[in-house]
Amino acid sequence: MPDESSPLPRIRARGRSFLALVLSPEAALDDWLRGLDAQIARSPSFFVGKPIILDLGLLSADAEGLDGLLAALLARGVRIIAIEGGDRGWPALAGWDWPDGFAGGRASGPVDLPDEDESPVPASQGTASQAAASLIVEGPIRSGQAILHPDGDVIIVGSVASGAEISAGGSVHVYGTLRGRVIAGMGGQDGARIFAQAMKAELLAIDGYYMIAEDIDAALHGKPAQALLQDDTIVVRKLD
Amino acid sequence: MAKVLVVTSGKGGVGKTTSTAALGAALAQTGKNVVVVDFDVGLRNLDLVMGAERRVVFDLINVVQGDAKLAQALIRDKRVETLSILPASQTRDKDALTPEGVARVIGELREKFDWVICDSPAGIERGAQLAMHHADQAIVVTNPEVSSVRDSDRIIGMLDSTTERAKKGEKIDKHLLLTRYDPARAARGEMLRTDDVLEILSIPLLGIVPESEEVLRASNLGTPVTLSNPTSAPARAYFEAIRRLEGEKLDVSVPTERKGLFDWLFKRSVA
Repeated sequence: MPDESSPLPRIRARGRSFLALVLSPEAALDDWLRGLDAQIARSPSFFVGKPIILDLGLLSADAEGLDGLLAALLARGVRIIAIEGGDRGWPALAGWDWPDGFAGGRASGPVDLPDEDESPVPASQGTASQAAASLIVEGPIRSGQAILHPDGDVIIVGSVASGAEISAGGSVHVYGTLRGRVIAGMGGQDGARIFAQAMKAELLAIDGYYMIAEDIDAALHGKPAQALLQDDTIVVRKLD
Repeated sequence: MAKVLVVTSGKGGVGKTTSTAALGAALAQTGKNVVVVDFDVGLRNLDLVMGAERRVVFDLINVVQGDAKLAQALIRDKRVETLSILPASQTRDKDALTPEGVARVIGELREKFDWVICDSPAGIERGAQLAMHHADQAIVVTNPEVSSVRDSDRIIGMLDSTTERAKKGEKIDKHLLLTRYDPARAARGEMLRTDDVLEILSIPLLGIVPESEEVLRASNLGTPVTLSNPTSAPARAYFEAIRRLEGEKLDVSVPTERKGLFDWLFKRSVA
């Protein structure tokens, strides 16, 4: 029995967005599945672990082979998280294990299916071992400029003005005065850090946690400093 | 029911942002629930003048695009409890403001506040149009010089033709705020006279804000002049302006610095 006198634990909620692919099979389904097989043969890992939404909007209720479509997709390792564009009442769908749908998604443009896997990394190894290139920018980053580098580190040889924004998948290094906003580890890398030769940042963010200028220790203002994530809190420390 | 007020001008640099901050703070100081909204996407400055630039996390664009909730983006002023600011983004394209998104945000703000004051970008471009679109009242900020007056005339024309109220066949309340007014230079004929400006623009005069070092000092301190020095001449002009905005009938005069008078009295009593 829970002790009522002790305070309830705080529930931490964070946002994380995935790009769900929408597959829209077309009649004839046999041909379409053969096309899918060819795609999977070209890039075996493309569908692995990806959330897929099945859109039946292009099919009619009596399309040939519709009853076996879900099983055929599951057999190919395609993970269906939602089905739309069809009706549960269609007789062909009677035996389907229909996942609960999702709401609130926003449509984005068509996704280019890769011709072949660029580097066939085994799925178990993950993506952490992929060496991502750093982006080096020489010169000052002006107010209003935004630098986006979703994969690797960003190195600025110069200052970042107030009103400028640097977003990086990895760490951000500023060899100058950092007056603007920096978002590091934007792809969910909690080990990312932010380094600045003179720390005067407007906003620091690592892996979705952020800190505004007011919360940065005034003693570090203008000093060489680094920001890192510790127990889901950003700490700014002096760089010696 | 909240009133949506747009502060606009044809020419840049006439004092829109300083006036937005001063009027917003003045209204909030009288106990009204006020939000000032920076529509100048790409060149945000209202947060600086309000001294809130160190607390910006989310901005108007984030709210318009649905990436953040309104409550997350609103910054509560530390000096006046009833004053909030919704900052603009500097890194986003000004085209990121969509008419539907702006309509939704203004609708939400109307429910929360007594006054929604929109600081418009200068000129006649899309950003300015979006800022004025939902306005119930407009303040046209003008300097006593010919180029400023002519551009203001153009803006008044737009207020009468492109806003939602105008499209419904209603009139939008328009007021003139004459800023950076120098009585000495006006007397020497180096500035347009108030009568001439009013004759050209023919909208009611809300106030005359004298040119003053106090305004510049307040901007650089990040404190609206009505907060930093409420008894200064420009602050008194803004306080009078908000009383007229709320329907009070007051004669418009040019407030002058009292300091000179005090100095004079002081010297005389010593002598």
